Amino acid sequence: MIPPEFDYVAPTTLAEAVAALGEAGEDAKILAGGQSLIPVLRLRLAFPTTLVDLSRVPELRGVSEDADTLVIGAMTKHSDVVEDPLVQQHAPLLSEATATVADPAVRHRGTFGGALAHADPAGDLAAVALALDAELVAEGPGGRRTIPARDFFLDYLETSLSPDEILAAVRIPKLRGSWGVRYEKFNRVAQAWAIVGVAAAVRTEGGAIAEARIGLTNMGSTPVRPAAVEAALVGASDRAAVVAACAAVAEGLTPPSDLGAQADYRAHLARVLTARAVAHAAGMSS
Amino acid sequence: MRVRMKVDGVTYEDEVQPRTLLTHHLRDGLGRVGTPIGCDTSSCGACTVDIDGESVKSCSVLAVQADGSTITTIQGLSGAENGDSSTWHPVQKAFQEHHGLQCGYCTPGMIMATVDLLKRNPSPSEDEVRHGLEGNLCRCTGYQNIVKAVLSAASELRGEGPLPGSFQDAPENDTAQTPAAETAGAPA
Ligand SMILES: Cc1cc2nc3c(=O)[nH]c(=O)nc-3n(C[C@H](O)[C@H](O)[C@H](O)COP(=O)(O)OP(=O)(O)OC[C@H]3O[C@@H](n4cnc5c(N)ncnc54)[C@H](O)[C@@H]3O)c2cc1C
Ligand code: FES
Ligand code: FES
Repeated sequence: MIPPEFDYVAPTTLAEAVAALGEAGEDAKILAGGQSLIPVLRLRLAFPTTLVDLSRVPELRGVSEDADTLVIGAMTKHSDVVEDPLVQQHAPLLSEATATVADPAVRHRGTFGGALAHADPAGDLAAVALALDAELVAEGPGGRRTIPARDFFLDYLETSLSPDEILAAVRIPKLRGSWGVRYEKFNRVAQAWAIVGVAAAVRTEGGAIAEARIGLTNMGSTPVRPAAVEAALVGASDRAAVVAACAAVAEGLTPPSDLGAQADYRAHLARVLTARAVAHAAGMSS
Repeated sequence: MRVRMKVDGVTYEDEVQPRTLLTHHLRDGLGRVGTPIGCDTSSCGACTVDIDGESVKSCSVLAVQADGSTITTIQGLSGAENGDSSTWHPVQKAFQEHHGLQCGYCTPGMIMATVDLLKRNPSPSEDEVRHGLEGNLCRCTGYQNIVKAVLSAASELRGEGPLPGSFQDAPENDTAQTPAAETAGAPA
């Protein structure tokens, strides 16, 4: 279908973009890679009055370092995230998960910031941002603020960004020490969204788990950080101990039931995939 | 809004509405109907074109976003517009040789996605071909011959010659085919 009518502006700086968004009023929307928004417009599920296109704002693209933190511009495309050497070195979990997002053509347009701002609980990157303790940098008329990932995802397709704010960058603390990572994604066909996904970063000391960080995809209306399981994993030194600690991963969660899977099946997948991801990240093969 | 883009070697300048999808502009605005539309959900890949060196789904890009860019569609891939098969791109030839299509609806997108894949990975494994084309759906072929075509095109583009195809396997003329097998198996 043809999208509904809207006005279009393409600012070239972040300051202009914030101003344009403010002027356009509350029914305006940001256009990033368009890989979620354009299908929504084609299906006429949204009727924005104005689209503020960020694709001509160079300062929102690219990856840099700020001491112990990796800074990824919100408009950095998935394909650039996958290939970026800094990301591969300091946040390999993000490279691995981003490579599973959609397909090559979608990854050539879709952006890291767009995926987080869209906040689809089935999206792979929100769980990664949560597991890596990322901070989201938002720019609005009142200036800049930094939001921890755990406070960013509020509900299905809902974030703590206000309508006049733009997600400018994502700050990810570099992993230091002997960390291993793994993204386990369970889906029907290669291009499809995750039925359940598990992002795991695990630090080992002398063969036992010293610290585990886990993010769950599609196990609720937001990505989930199962803190009790993370704590229970500390000290685990073989696969059996990992499996035992992960048995409680779905407790207290209300995963969706839909065409992809029923809630109880998702809970089962979460247990299996969390154990797999953690064991793999910790280098425990059997 | 005014947009200017180079499509298959020709520069066009046109007035478009902001909501016009690039596919619609290519097809209805510029008459370049070689790029089909197969879905409403950015899923099928039939509409894949190359924008500034990257494969993208042209149904998921606004024409205004493509202002200033250089686009190659299936119609510009061989550099010739006359349909003369001797000028076809190696990927186009391979799809013909290996029966990589039946109805042909997915083919423009499959070929454009393949060209992009082989540019990034000139020697893909069969698995990498299947993953590399995960954004392109085919309802007819079952993908087997598409994968064969892609592996053959890769070999050809590496300068190692195409892999034997269905047409090449067949003897030059039918008479040559008849006796050998049958005589051998026939009762004495
Ligand atoms: C066929 C298909 C398969 C897919 N499969 C997956 C998958 O397996 N896993 C996965 O994680 N994703 C998947 N996606 C989604 C993909 O990751 C998108 O790139 C992503 O969801 C949106 O990013 P975008 O840059 O295209 O954003 P857009 O579509 O441009 O925007 C999405 C939303 O976020 C808002 N927004 C975007 N950027 C900003 C910003 N900087 N500040 C404030 N608001 C902003 C927009 O206003 C809009 O509401 C798939 C998409 C398609 C089409
Ligand atoms: S028509 Fe573009 S992906 Fe289906
Ligand atoms: S040949 Fe018919 S859809 Fe692929």
